[in-house]
Amino acid sequence: MAHSMMQRSGGKDQVIAGLMLSPTVLAAIFFIYAFILWTIWLSLTRSTILPSNHFVGLANYRDLFGSSRWWRSLSNLGIFGGLYVAISMAIGLFLAILLDQRIRGERLFQVIFLYPMAISAVVTGVAWRWLLDPNFGVQAIVRSLGFSHFQFAWIDDPDFAIYTVVIAAVWQTSGFMMAIFLAGLRGISPDIVKAARIDGAGTLRIYRRVILPNLAPTFFVAFILSAGLAIKAFGLIIALTGGGPGYSTNVPTIFMYVFSFERGEMGVGAASALIMLAIMMVVVVPFVILDARRKV
Amino acid sequence: MRRLSIYFLLTLAALFFLLPLYIMLVTSFKTMPEIYSQGILALPRQFDLYAWRHAWSGATIGASDQGIHPFFINSFELVIPAVIISTAIGAINGYILTHWRFRGANIIFYLLLLGTVFPFQIILLPMAWVQGKLHIAGTLIPGLVMVHIIYGLAFTTLFFRNYYVSIPHDLVRAARVDGAGFFRIFWRVMLPLSTPIIMVTAIWQFTMIWNNFLFGVVFTNSDQQPVTVAINDLVDTVTSVHMWNVDMAAALIAAIPTLVVYLLAGKYFVRGLTGGAVKG
Repeated sequence: MAHSMMQRSGGKDQVIAGLMLSPTVLAAIFFIYAFILWTIWLSLTRSTILPSNHFVGLANYRDLFGSSRWWRSLSNLGIFGGLYVAISMAIGLFLAILLDQRIRGERLFQVIFLYPMAISAVVTGVAWRWLLDPNFGVQAIVRSLGFSHFQFAWIDDPDFAIYTVVIAAVWQTSGFMMAIFLAGLRGISPDIVKAARIDGAGTLRIYRRVILPNLAPTFFVAFILSAGLAIKAFGLIIALTGGGPGYSTNVPTIFMYVFSFERGEMGVGAASALIMLAIMMVVVVPFVILDARRKV
Repeated sequence: MRRLSIYFLLTLAALFFLLPLYIMLVTSFKTMPEIYSQGILALPRQFDLYAWRHAWSGATIGASDQGIHPFFINSFELVIPAVIISTAIGAINGYILTHWRFRGANIIFYLLLLGTVFPFQIILLPMAWVQGKLHIAGTLIPGLVMVHIIYGLAFTTLFFRNYYVSIPHDLVRAARVDGAGFFRIFWRVMLPLSTPIIMVTAIWQFTMIWNNFLFGVVFTNSDQQPVTVAINDLVDTVTSVHMWNVDMAAALIAAIPTLVVYLLAGKYFVRGLTGGAVKG
């Protein structure tokens, strides 16, 4: 009797649960998944300032891949993304290993390494724009030390400006990478390390042979997150270089914004957004699925 | 010796991380002539508050010369409802997904999980169209608030879901045997246990929404813009002389709320960072 009553009230509550969850599910289906289909449709139409249903097949994709600006955006994403992911992970891991040596003042160092992550990408861009300005920033500082011919004007140089984006982005997020690696290091059972030490392994050897291999899942997470950040980077580059000089620091996010909202070429903008989605899928989603499998 | 080199390297790194903040601070207290005559590393000779005052209430941004303060207020008006609503819905969702599991709950979970990794460029165009149809295009409230709530839900749901998974089922079962229903269990059993995850989620959402630039620049116009968009406009405005001191003061003003949150509740911030995904 009591059992069946509970069942019944459980059934009612189950309905309430379903009702309470449904707005989110509907929102996700409409605002994420239907919007993705919608963007796919837009990319196949002659949409300019306003959406249009005039089907043009793959013409927008032909325009996109016929555009040197788009190719520059892609290759910039490759340069920026590759360097940014590699360098911020390397610095993050290095700092985490240093902090893992039972350091006095560990908290203080962590606070200092991580605060850039609390600041907006736009503020980071503005700050580094000032630091990288040849008349005032790093170049001027080094020159004032007596090296009067020192050159560091990357931010004004179309061939090098993309590397200034790497510098600023690494500054902003390598502390975050540090936090992830430190969490990973702290999660490794001290017993494995102790066993290796008893076997007579030195610190370097222990890191190479025992700790780093055990850190594989952490490398996964760090890679997913930093690759995602690289593909999404937008405000930082807008504030740092505005995508220039010329369009030398354009990346797909900037290309998409400019074509969709400034140049009124919505079809091409939609096509570029889809390529971004495809890049994200190829780079990130396999890792997310693997990671989710491991956790469930 | 080894210890010493560890501290040396850590200190070097700390200097690199602190340098931009230091330079922003000292620049914001200098006059423009002083910036030209002294290196940017030098301390200001006297603390001149002009740049801060001008950035706050005098600098020209877009069509007005009221400085950054209306946009600073905009960001608060955006962040407060967006954080509260997205956190509240996330809590209910997380509770349902963990303790009222039904067929398809996993699929819903993965749909949301994927929702956290898509680049937002993929939804900008339809969203702009929908906002136009709803006659809320360009507005902070409800336009931008709505965007942030919708795209924050995946994150807040995941935070609460991952936290509630660890709360024993028996607790909920016992409450049901005692006759408590869906809402009563949520109020009396789940919420009292939720303070840490509410902190993590609220701080995470606050930081992400405050710092967001893409949605702000796409979905708001002129005086409705959040502070991140406004500083970019300020810095980008081409005048005869670039007022670096004003730029730095404005950028610092825009950074203060999240820096304060970080310094006061850093542990929750870090937990959010390492526990959740990151949206740009």
